[in-house]
Amino acid sequence: MRLIALLPVLTLGLAFPALAADWPQFRGPESTAVAPDAQIPSQPKIDWSVPLPGRGLSSPITVGKKLFITCASGPEQDRLHLFCLEASTGGTLWERQLQATGRTMTQPKNCVAASTPCSDGQRVFALWSSNDLAAFDLDGNLLWLRGLTADYPNASNSLGMASSPLVVGDTLVVMIENDSESYALGIDAKTGGNLWKLDGPKAPNWTSPLPWRTGAHASTAAVLQSTKGLLAVDVASGSRLWEYAEGASNMSSSVIADGVVYAASNGVTALLPQSTDPAPKQLWRSKQINPSTISPLVLGDRIYSLNGAGVLSSADIKTGTIQWKLRVTGPFSSSPVAAGTRLLVVSEKGLVQVVDTTAPEGAVTGKLQLPLKENSKELVLCTPAVSGNHVFVRTDSTLWRLGE
Amino acid sequence: MKSPLLSLVFAGIGLMPLHATLDQSLRALAAVGREGQGNEMASSAWKDVVASGPSSLPELLAAAGKGSPVADNWLRVAGETIVSNARQQSRTLPVAEIEAFLKDTGHAPAARRLAFDLLQQADPARAEAIVPSLARDPVQELRRGAVQRLIDAAQSKEGEPAKAAYLEALDAVRDEDQTRTIVKALRELGVPVDLPKHFGFLRNWQIIGPFENTGREGFATVFPPEKEVRLDATYPGKSGPVKWQPVESQDEYGKFDFNKPLGMLKEVTAYAVTTFDSPEERDAELRLGCKDAWKIWLNGQFLFGRDEYHRGQKMDQYKLKCHLRKGPNVILVKCCQNEQTEQWTVEWEFQLRICDGAGTAILAANTTKP
Repeated sequence: MRLIALLPVLTLGLAFPALAADWPQFRGPESTAVAPDAQIPSQPKIDWSVPLPGRGLSSPITVGKKLFITCASGPEQDRLHLFCLEASTGGTLWERQLQATGRTMTQPKNCVAASTPCSDGQRVFALWSSNDLAAFDLDGNLLWLRGLTADYPNASNSLGMASSPLVVGDTLVVMIENDSESYALGIDAKTGGNLWKLDGPKAPNWTSPLPWRTGAHASTAAVLQSTKGLLAVDVASGSRLWEYAEGASNMSSSVIADGVVYAASNGVTALLPQSTDPAPKQLWRSKQINPSTISPLVLGDRIYSLNGAGVLSSADIKTGTIQWKLRVTGPFSSSPVAAGTRLLVVSEKGLVQVVDTTAPEGAVTGKLQLPLKENSKELVLCTPAVSGNHVFVRTDSTLWRLGE
Repeated sequence: MKSPLLSLVFAGIGLMPLHATLDQSLRALAAVGREGQGNEMASSAWKDVVASGPSSLPELLAAAGKGSPVADNWLRVAGETIVSNARQQSRTLPVAEIEAFLKDTGHAPAARRLAFDLLQQADPARAEAIVPSLARDPVQELRRGAVQRLIDAAQSKEGEPAKAAYLEALDAVRDEDQTRTIVKALRELGVPVDLPKHFGFLRNWQIIGPFENTGREGFATVFPPEKEVRLDATYPGKSGPVKWQPVESQDEYGKFDFNKPLGMLKEVTAYAVTTFDSPEERDAELRLGCKDAWKIWLNGQFLFGRDEYHRGQKMDQYKLKCHLRKGPNVILVKCCQNEQTEQWTVEWEFQLRICDGAGTAILAANTTKP
């Protein structure tokens, strides 16, 4: 009896959430691209690099001392890899492979390993463009599998899919949106079964769901972005909490800070969801801050937006008024990340640039050219991960850890 | 043997028996269904299978290819984890049995692919040694390495020996990229190659259109050709009466462009029909490439459809399993063009071939061999 009584306590003890220093999903803790307890190196250098066996533009994630990264190999990119590495050395702890069960066609610049995995600190969830979705524990034991193309045969995009999964509590939120069959799923993180399914607009969408942790829905809601706008749902039931219907980007994801949603909509539109109104209140809108395909971030009292050509804009989060613009060396596909007072951007050609946001007009204070594979057309397309005092960034062939 | 009642109990509570046999565990992995059904039981069974170690690999392979592709992934991850663990612990792996399984072409394609991958993981040199023997394997993916060796060997030759080597590679190749390399070399050596026959593209069609597709509603609209295929019929079309007309694609990769006979139209639907004379009743694949919305019927039975526009096209983009009758088989294709006006939305075309699961062309009964 005493042992039985202890079981819930033990279970609770094991069910630890991702640690604050982790970068557990696309764009890090809270999907804000900001690492609150980390430091971006002022003059980054390469700590280590490891080769990767297949293509990928997904971001690495970190959970404790472990790093997870996906790729896809073979002429059709139909061999799907999930690696667990030692974050301090890059040494492989384990690798698991799947055979793609859905379509693997993508446009040449995109690839099958485009979605970033996520973790709740106990499990890691990996999704590929073939709609194969897998859950492992942190030791590599397979917990469950889904073949979402087998379940819903018309859900694919011949350009490739890229939305990253999000885990909120015991629900994994997945957005599979395209021209033919669009939906969002709330999936039981323990079993892989459906909790709910919401039909989405029949249009391509590469944005990722965001956690919504404000007010009564402190840990139970997610925001789904589509060409129609934003929809906040209760992750346990899929019920609608509030909706913004003035359209949004299908490429750059919005960002949420201090209860305000900075939507990638009509440039950037700042929204304050209301407890008494199913539509959020619009605080401001700026078409001058145009995130294009790149996701904005909020750091302190500024919102930062980078366009593909390399203009970084800093704007007041209360008004949307641009304070300064800084030209950095592009072109860019990946989104900026931040920690402390520094931003870090990586151009497609592998130029890492550290921006001091406290300089009056912003200033690039550190640079590092990644040694991209010679005679290869590979590009840096992934958004970096930040953990501790390190930055992790990858190409199709290589994963690097950068430090001071 | 577990009683049916016990099975129901275990299925009902989603648990494996405490001392499940390997067979029970493998069956739990093979039984996973749609939308995560069976996942809880499979999760427990997966650990049991992995714990059973290298000796379970032959049984694991025997279980593969009998359930869904998702079930095969449960087995794949278990098999590769067993091999990985065994290598870390310097345990002996049953490589001879794995190799024997691979060589038996009577096993399911998915199971044999897994066998090759396990062999490669367990004993890379042994897997490398077996590669050349797979040049005419019934599994398309297993041929690739052997074909590449034939290409590499041909590239080191000149003149008649090179021709012979490339022709041997052409006989084996099924992947498009490797085929292009071989055909380019053969043509430079003055050897003609009939690509449409090699791949089995269908190039002679009767077409009819244009019908409506304003607002992309034509995809769901049932126009007369979906109700009857009567080649002497005339129907009201989008801009006047339309009737069937014969066309022949001149494209080596079998692309048929509706824009040529019907004009550069937008927001339109057209149909193409052909009769394929199958030399025998058999399983086959219809492999389609198309960047417009499409639907396909075989002998009046709907196979699949997709309303995606201008996101990309490639050969064998969609592989549709089907069953051919001996003799005439009627294939009907619906192809919709949308309203977009960008330069990259001009294409209103498709390419279609008939082949087996390995990508080997199935030629009509009255066709001479390539």
